[in-house]
Amino acid sequence: MAEVLVYVDHVDGAVRKPTLELLTLARRIGEPVAVHLGPGAESAAPVLAEHGAVRVLAADAPEFADYLVVPKVDALQAAAAAVEPVAVLVPSSAEGKEIAARLALRLGSGVITDAIDLEAGDQGPVATQSAFAAAFTTRSRVSRGIPVITVKPNSAPVEAAPAAGTVEPLEVTFGPLATGTKVVARTPRESTGRPELTEAAIVVSGGRGVNGAENFSVIEALADALGAAVGASRAAVDAGWYPHSNQVGQTGKSVSPQLYIANGISGAIQHRAGMQTSKTIVAVNKDAEAPIFDLVDYGVVGDLFQVVPQLTEEVKARKG
Amino acid sequence: MSLRIVVAVKYVPDATGDRHFAEDLTTDRDAVDGLLSELDEYAVEQALQIADAADDAEITVLTVGPEDAKDALRKALSMGADKAIHVEDDALHGTDVIGTSLVLAKAIEHAGYDLVVTGMASTDGTAGVVPALLAERLGIPQVTLLSEVSVADGKVTGRRDGDAASEQLEASLPALVSVTDQSGEARYPSFKGIMAAKKKPVEALDLADLGIDPADVGLAGAWTAVDDATQRPARTAGTIVKDEGEGGKQLAEFLASQKFI
Repeated sequence: MAEVLVYVDHVDGAVRKPTLELLTLARRIGEPVAVHLGPGAESAAPVLAEHGAVRVLAADAPEFADYLVVPKVDALQAAAAAVEPVAVLVPSSAEGKEIAARLALRLGSGVITDAIDLEAGDQGPVATQSAFAAAFTTRSRVSRGIPVITVKPNSAPVEAAPAAGTVEPLEVTFGPLATGTKVVARTPRESTGRPELTEAAIVVSGGRGVNGAENFSVIEALADALGAAVGASRAAVDAGWYPHSNQVGQTGKSVSPQLYIANGISGAIQHRAGMQTSKTIVAVNKDAEAPIFDLVDYGVVGDLFQVVPQLTEEVKARKG
Repeated sequence: MSLRIVVAVKYVPDATGDRHFAEDLTTDRDAVDGLLSELDEYAVEQALQIADAADDAEITVLTVGPEDAKDALRKALSMGADKAIHVEDDALHGTDVIGTSLVLAKAIEHAGYDLVVTGMASTDGTAGVVPALLAERLGIPQVTLLSEVSVADGKVTGRRDGDAASEQLEASLPALVSVTDQSGEARYPSFKGIMAAKKKPVEALDLADLGIDPADVGLAGAWTAVDDATQRPARTAGTIVKDEGEGGKQLAEFLASQKFI
């Protein structure tokens, strides 16, 4: 059966959820072969196998951590040469998209980014994307070479499908461009203990209506009760109330969780571009005319400082 | 020696307008007014700051697009770029990211460069892959998604804020830099800048000037194909309640009914 390369996003062998989603999608078009770069392949392999990886190609070298992006492109190129896959799937992180783009160019292949669904088609995999702030849905395919496709988090369920997952070494020769951009220092982001924004199943966001950095504790309390990530609108970020890394919107992050709760967010196009593909949308806003209410499945017109704490208490009570 | 900076920018449909696809499933550029992509303004700003910090620097702003795309060049020139290159050719209609990177790379080589600066993504396609593609094509280091950037002694350094970590990057020139919207507010063109821009040179190039085979670009030359584009149906009107003291509880009831709690 045709093999599909799946790039493994991980932290020292701890596989991140979007990769497991990719394995689900990969099985629709062939047999997943996972590519694990850097340390931890032995601990990642059982997880990858449990989710359908027939093989795990592993390479570890200091170049992967010491230089930006290109060493990983060299490795995927080597994997593509070894496997002759029918497609290469990469998570749609900032780095994932850069890796995919460069790989596609080297393979003489087209690249599709930010797919939100993937199906087998007569002429190769068909990717669904959303365009123009999710006002449109497109279906595209790669018409030349081996399709290289990046997929957004939360685009597919994580499904167990046990396979062999045998670890095999991948030989990588680094090219002259690999050491072009040195990573001089790396400061891990301080963990908030909350899920990563783009991967979270539930996102609770605050906007202008939160009216101050200290008031974000109200948003955080609801997020923690729901096990959710915290997002912020551009207005809240520009005002310095919450970090840019949490910004949802056109110039921030694009999220498509199962549930999105917008608090004190009017719903300007800039914000809608980043959250409109959320499955269920809920809003709390004082202004009944706020455009966010055009998008919602459920909306409460009211003061978020009354409604949100009450909701938080209710969630806690119901969860016992 | 003069530092030659090329800033690649895009002319995009205004995101606040009602954007559509044309019949051939390319972006409908007639339906909505265009402008310089907001994210590219940050690139122009950082190029201006890098040029200010250098002994001697020259900024060329480059775009690929139809006649109207000159507006994007004029904006960048009025902010302070020195000259412009406009690549326009009917054969470019429908070019995908791979083809766009080919045209930009050829034009950048034509201009001559030590540093290429771009925005992190366009505000229409939003793929964010053209900077990496350009670095690959030009064979130069990519120093991308920077929230801080500086150039000195033939080296570019910058900070890249990722999800998991913040990285300090370094590369030798020539190099390609892309900057995020956290790199610093873009300046507004002054009246003097706007007047001066009218006199700055804009070089017009077509595919023949760049030695590009038209078969390698446009819809027919694209390595991806869009089979269909459908407008998302307007969301069916949701339930909206006014909080009269029980809004939070009602919302909890809804979330429970949807199995979120």
